[in-house]
Amino acid sequence: MNSEGNCNKLLELKDLYVRYHTDESIIYAVNGVALSINRGETLGLVGETGAGKTTTALSILKLLPKKVGEITRGSILINGKDITTMDEASINKIRGKSVSMIFQDPMTSLDPLIRVGDQIIEALKTHNNVHLSKKEMEKRVDEMLTVVGISPMRKHEYPFQFSGGMKQRVVIAIALACEPDLLIADEPTTALDVTIQAQILEKMNDLKHKLNTSMLLITHDLGIVARMCDTVAIMYAGEIVEQGDIVSIYTEPKHPYTIGLFNSIPNMSNEADRLQPIEGTIPDPSDLPNGCKFHERCPQATKLCEIEKPDIIGSGHLVRCHLFANK
Amino acid sequence: MNKYLIETKSLKKYFQTSHGLLHAVDDINFGISEGKTLGVVGESGCGKSTLGRVILQLIPATAGEVLYKGENVLNYGKKKLDRIRHEMQIIFQDPYSSLNPRMTVFELIADPLIANKSNIRKAEMSECVFELMERVGLSQKLVNTYPHELDGGRRQRIGIARALTLKPKFIVCDEPVSALDVSVQAQILNLLMDLQDSMGLTYMFITHDLSVVRHISDEIAVLYLGKCVEKAPKRELFSNPIHPYTKALLSAIMLPSIETRNATIKLIRGEVTSPINPRPGCRFAPRCEFSTSRCLEKDIELKEVEQNHFVACALQD
Repeated sequence: MNSEGNCNKLLELKDLYVRYHTDESIIYAVNGVALSINRGETLGLVGETGAGKTTTALSILKLLPKKVGEITRGSILINGKDITTMDEASINKIRGKSVSMIFQDPMTSLDPLIRVGDQIIEALKTHNNVHLSKKEMEKRVDEMLTVVGISPMRKHEYPFQFSGGMKQRVVIAIALACEPDLLIADEPTTALDVTIQAQILEKMNDLKHKLNTSMLLITHDLGIVARMCDTVAIMYAGEIVEQGDIVSIYTEPKHPYTIGLFNSIPNMSNEADRLQPIEGTIPDPSDLPNGCKFHERCPQATKLCEIEKPDIIGSGHLVRCHLFANK
Repeated sequence: MNKYLIETKSLKKYFQTSHGLLHAVDDINFGISEGKTLGVVGESGCGKSTLGRVILQLIPATAGEVLYKGENVLNYGKKKLDRIRHEMQIIFQDPYSSLNPRMTVFELIADPLIANKSNIRKAEMSECVFELMERVGLSQKLVNTYPHELDGGRRQRIGIARALTLKPKFIVCDEPVSALDVSVQAQILNLLMDLQDSMGLTYMFITHDLSVVRHISDEIAVLYLGKCVEKAPKRELFSNPIHPYTKALLSAIMLPSIETRNATIKLIRGEVTSPINPRPGCRFAPRCEFSTSRCLEKDIELKEVEQNHFVACALQD
C-alpha cells in the first residue's frame, strides 16, 4: 500500500466489514465500506437508524464493544497508518490526539462528578505529549471555553449546572482541546433545540476553518449536511449506496434510496399534499436480503436486483445500483 | 353553533417547585375548528407538552377555561368527564415507552375498549381491533406480536390505533414522529393526514420540527416559555413572521438544499431563561436584539396585526 502517494488523505477506510456477535445471531453492521476524508474536509455520513453509521465511527477509534464487535475485514488508515493492526497502546496515542469524537448525547458523555474545567484538563493530560505545565493547562482551558462561547469563570462548575447546549459545547471543547486532525461527530445536535443546534453548528464550522480540522459528521438530517459538508456518503444496511461531492448529490441524486430520502422530507418551498415515503422498513441486519439490500423497498427493482449485488461505480459521484451499471 | 371544536381561554398551569412557581403554561388562548390542525411549536421547556396534557385534563389546570363544543370541561364531574374523554385522545412521542411491553398488539388496541365499555362482546371487539389495524396499516399477522418485536414506525401505528379505538373527535399529537427516521416519519405523517380526511379529526400537533409543522398544520402557534408569542395561518407565518423569536426559529431551519446552504442564520444569543417566577414583560426580551426597556414594563398581550395574525411583541405597539 502506498501511504506516501496520497498524503492528502487523512482518513481512509478500505473495504471495511464489522459484525457483532450476539447470543442468537451475527449482526452484519458494516459490509464493505470505503471512504476517505482529505485534510480540512468535512464528510457527511447519512443514513437511518441501524444503517451502520455509528459502528463505522466507533471502528475508526477501535471503540467497538470488546468480544461483541469485531472488524472482520478491511483496513482503516489514519495518516497512512493502518490502525486495525495496531496494539492498544499505539491506538491510545491516536485517540484524542489525532482523532477525537463527539457523541450524540452530551448528558451522558460528561462525568457528573468532575468539574468541567478538570474534564478538559484530563483530556490535555492524557493526550498531550508537549507536557504543558499546570499554568499552561489552565490557560488552555480558559482558551477552549472562550472559543466555544462559555465564560471561563464557569470552569469550576459541574455538568449539572449547565444546560444541554452548554454541555455539548463543553464536549466540543474537550474534543478540540488537543487540536485533533480529525473530529468525528456522531449526531452532535440531535438532542438539542433548533436555535441551539444552529449555534453549535456555526461554532463547529468556525473552529473547523480556524484549526483546519477534518470532520466526519454523522447525521440523519440532510439539512445539516447541506450546511456543513463538502462531501456526502449515503449509507444503507451497512453499505455506502451513493457518494460524492455535496453539489452533485443534492442536485442529481441517483440511487432510489437517496431520492426516497429527499422525497420523505416535508418540502418547505413546495406544498405537496402528501409526502412520498419509502415503503417498508430497513432489513434486519442479522438477516440481510440477497442482491441489492434495498431491493425490497425499491420502486424500480428488477429481477436482477434480487439476485446480484450491485457494485459501487462511477468516478467522483459513485452509486451502487444496477440502474446505472451500463452507463 | 360554536365556531371552534376546542378552545382555551386564559389557560394557565403553574407548578410549585422548591425554587418558586414555574409558569409552564401562561395565559394561552386559541381555538381549533372541526377538522383542522393547530400546530404548536417551541423548544424544549416552552410548555407545549404541558399544554396538551392540561387540555385533556391529564393534569389539572391552574386557571382558565377549556371549552369543548362550547362547554367548559374544567368544571365537569368525573362521569361527564369520562364521556367526553372518549372523544379526546392523545398520541405520545415515544412509541418505545408508551406501550406496555407485556401486552400483545391485540391487547394493546383492545385495551381502551375494555377500559371504557366493559360489556362489549368478544366478536365485536376483535372485529373492531382488526378494522383499526387495517386502518392504521398494520398487517393482520402482527396481531399476536409484542411491541419489542416491532420497529418504531409500527409501534407508533399501534399508538395511533389505540387513540382511535374510541372514535375520538380531537387528538393531541405530542411529537408523534420525532423518534422516527425520516422515511418512516413520512409514512406516519401521511397516515395521520389520511385519517383526518376520512374521520374528520381535529388535531393539536405539538412538535419542535418546523418543516413537519408546516406540512401538517392549518394554523401555527409559536410558544416561548409558556407564552404564545405568535399565531397565524401557516402560510402567513412562514412568509411573514413578525416576532423576533419566530424569525430566529425560522432562520435556524436547515433546508436540505444547495441554494440555501450559505444563507445566514439569525443566531439568537444565550439560551432559554428559567420559567420559574418569571419577571413581568416579554419572556424573550433577555435574548432579543431589539429589546428596549418597554419590553420589560408589563406583560405583552397578543395583538392582531393582520387578519388572523397575532403577535405579542412590544415593537408592534
